[in-house]
Amino acid sequence: MLASRALVRGLQSGFWRRVSTSSAAWAAHTHDVDVVDCSVPQYNNRLDTPLPDVPFVRNLSAKQKKLKEKEKGSWTQLTKEEKLALYRLTHELSYAEMRQGSKEWMTVLGGVFIFLGFTGLLVWWQRVYVYGDVPHTLSQESVAQQTQRMIDMRVNPVHGFSHKWDYEKKQWK
Amino acid sequence: MFRAALQLSVSGARSLTRSRPQYTASVAARSYSHGKQETDEEFDARWVTYFSKPDIDAWELRKGMNTLIGYDLVPEPKILDAALRACRRLNDLASAIRILEAVKDKSGPHKEIYPYVLQELQPTLNELGIPTPEELGIDKA
Repeated sequence: MLASRALVRGLQSGFWRRVSTSSAAWAAHTHDVDVVDCSVPQYNNRLDTPLPDVPFVRNLSAKQKKLKEKEKGSWTQLTKEEKLALYRLTHELSYAEMRQGSKEWMTVLGGVFIFLGFTGLLVWWQRVYVYGDVPHTLSQESVAQQTQRMIDMRVNPVHGFSHKWDYEKKQWK
Repeated sequence: MFRAALQLSVSGARSLTRSRPQYTASVAARSYSHGKQETDEEFDARWVTYFSKPDIDAWELRKGMNTLIGYDLVPEPKILDAALRACRRLNDLASAIRILEAVKDKSGPHKEIYPYVLQELQPTLNELGIPTPEELGIDKA
């Protein structure tokens, strides 16, 4: 029983997202962590929603609080860095950052090719070490004998096989 | 506040790109089977009034802006001017910058709309001290 509990705990910390019932501590923490409280409005980066429900950073440090106070005055008094800092407090990603793609497709394609290649190696090994010999009837000599027999039997003499054989000259037309 | 929200829900999507350079200036022939069709001026006036409310609150600003961006049009500079001033009343510089970003994004392939809007809004931007996204360098990822 203890082992299974340890297993669950290990799985929880490793893979499962815990949806916490104690929202108080986490509600203000709007970064994407393991705990997501779905009962309160969440921050989101969406092109069609320019102003999200909550600001990105909710727990302001003292310095950030001072900046927020300064925001209440004339914005012409703010430096460019301060304006940028205010933007980043409220928004995680700018529109340009939301729109930018990633190079993930290269990784995906590379992974696909790697696995295809590995599969090819497996198939090759299988061909060499697992499959037995082909039947003797596929040897050159056997095929020649078979073809001669088909000609003698007049297989498909109208339009097909034997039609292509010149019986006078004893060769293919 | 509720009346404003109701008015928002009644208006339908308007497929009209409003900009000074004339290319698709034709009004969408949206033929309702009944009821009067709202003109562009009425639409603009309604939205300017919405954002011009002196005691607008943060929720109303967000709701208004998100709804407006949801429509199939780029808002007229006068609506955006009212929205920016609403941001000023709410002491929210980040939203003001975000609105400008959203306008640029909304114009899509029509690259001439955003410079026009900025040009029209320049006096307001200077007066309120709102930087453009380009000035802050966030227009490039």
